[in-house]
Amino acid sequence: MKQSTLIWTILMVAGGAFLLFQASKGNGRVYVREIPVEAQASQPEGEEQVYRWTRYQQVTEAEKGEPDVRFSLSRTLGLWVAAFSTLAIFSFLYGDNPIYKFTESVFVGVSAAYAMVVAFWTEIMTNLYAKLLPGLARITFYPDIDSTARPDYLYLIPLVLSILLLWRLSPKGSWIARWPLAFFIGATAGIRLISYLETDFVGQLQSTVMPFIVFASDGSLLWIKSLRNTIFIVGVVSCMIYFFFSIEHEGVVKYISRLGIWFLMVTFGASFAYTVMGRIALLSGRLVFLFNDWLGI
Amino acid sequence: MLDFLQHLDRRWIFFLMFIAVAVPLIMGTTFPEVPSDQVMAVFDAVDNLPDGSNVVMALDYDPASQGELQPMASAFARHCAIKKHNIYFMTLWPQGISMIQNSIGILQDEYPETYKGKYGTKYVNLGFRAGNEGVIKLVVEDLKKSYSTDIHGTNLDNIPLTKNLKNIQQVDLLCNVSAGYPGSQEWVLYGSSPFDIPTVVGCTGVQAPIMLPYIPDQLTGMLAAIKGAAEYEQAIINAYPELENNPNAKEGLVRMGPQLVAHLLLISLIFLGNVIYFWERKQGLHQ
Repeated sequence: MKQSTLIWTILMVAGGAFLLFQASKGNGRVYVREIPVEAQASQPEGEEQVYRWTRYQQVTEAEKGEPDVRFSLSRTLGLWVAAFSTLAIFSFLYGDNPIYKFTESVFVGVSAAYAMVVAFWTEIMTNLYAKLLPGLARITFYPDIDSTARPDYLYLIPLVLSILLLWRLSPKGSWIARWPLAFFIGATAGIRLISYLETDFVGQLQSTVMPFIVFASDGSLLWIKSLRNTIFIVGVVSCMIYFFFSIEHEGVVKYISRLGIWFLMVTFGASFAYTVMGRIALLSGRLVFLFNDWLGI
Repeated sequence: MLDFLQHLDRRWIFFLMFIAVAVPLIMGTTFPEVPSDQVMAVFDAVDNLPDGSNVVMALDYDPASQGELQPMASAFARHCAIKKHNIYFMTLWPQGISMIQNSIGILQDEYPETYKGKYGTKYVNLGFRAGNEGVIKLVVEDLKKSYSTDIHGTNLDNIPLTKNLKNIQQVDLLCNVSAGYPGSQEWVLYGSSPFDIPTVVGCTGVQAPIMLPYIPDQLTGMLAAIKGAAEYEQAIINAYPELENNPNAKEGLVRMGPQLVAHLLLISLIFLGNVIYFWERKQGLHQ
């Protein structure tokens, strides 16, 4: 056995033994408190109805002996599945392996299915079905819809466009899908163009118009603000000159564009540092879950 | 030694990073945070509103970004709850629904006197709508064109909080927590900037440099990554010391300990990498 393989095997076995030890101490179990909830029907007409159900609030290990607290098998299973899924994804750091591939596929599949179901119930049902057939929607899924609501036939347009989009799956006539696609692209481009012009172009130009030297109301010079404004303006101008290729970068222009490169490098460095901070935060988030919620350390 | 480092298995670096993050977490190491001007702008935007103001909380993130964004979303919820604000939750991400549930859990469990059993009068969950920036464009002009019901299928005209709300230009503040597209930038492009809606955002480190140019003219303030969350938590604790004893109110602060150690490790590795590079160059390995 290679030395590195031996070391990693020892680390894995030690980790597994620690897990078993923690589990034997009763960690990795979820306890919940039953909280009764009561709500009154919001129907404007008819008798007022009261609905009662139970909500389960997760409690800490210390509260498990309290009378209304009980062990939750389903949440405990969920916790262990989440913990092992996290470890399975982490296993990619050691090397590509079937457990990682399986977990990755489960994650992608579950995410896609979840997004589809949520979109179906929150968009297609409430914003299409309920708008086109309010009467039927009222007696099937949405009793809260106003009884005087009338069908809004404008919603037939998105329905037809959606059906045309699905035509893409057909072996013949897939060109039909290009029409709704053209509509979506055109509309999206138009909406975005206006917003980018207004906010990113004009808005940013306005924000860049600032004085080099700033004075306070009593006439004293504000050094920090003046320096900040100067760096800001010099940075914007030098970066723009770097991307201005209509004139040759010679003489003064060359030095200004070089300054622009420096500004860009600092910006990329700051971006990268922020990204690193974000990734460490994600790692610490998962470790907090493993240590606190699962292992109870 | 340099020869050993030159051929170091990358898994040892992963292992070192694991130790650098895990040990401070287990030890509970925290460091004092001083809220920056940018974070104080966010704090003031929430705190200076009169008690019981209307706040839209758009939580556009999913479990994949929870580690970075949950502390700031929780801090926003806690701060709004202390101020007894009326909160409208919504999301442009399908998986954001469960993130909203986390914030609602904070309102109900930590501030039951204000929020428990007050669904519809103190807070409402509008849930998810597909359509990205299209939804933002609609809700800033006519909320009920996009959201005819809340997440439970209740007509918005039958909910006291939304009954007379025509659009979100009428709210006092928009808080957005975002992990990408659609998120903070879209709220600025289609919401806060064209309609002058007071907006504060909390975003991932990746997004922060993109959002910085919008401050302060088009965006009131921003919490950038976990550092911003920790500073915001500190600002809330400074103003409301009763939170000092609530460990859940220090999620971000606790995660700054691992940040310091991991950053020190990274800086050491970058330095070491450069030493190896110049050593190799001296040996003539780089032509």
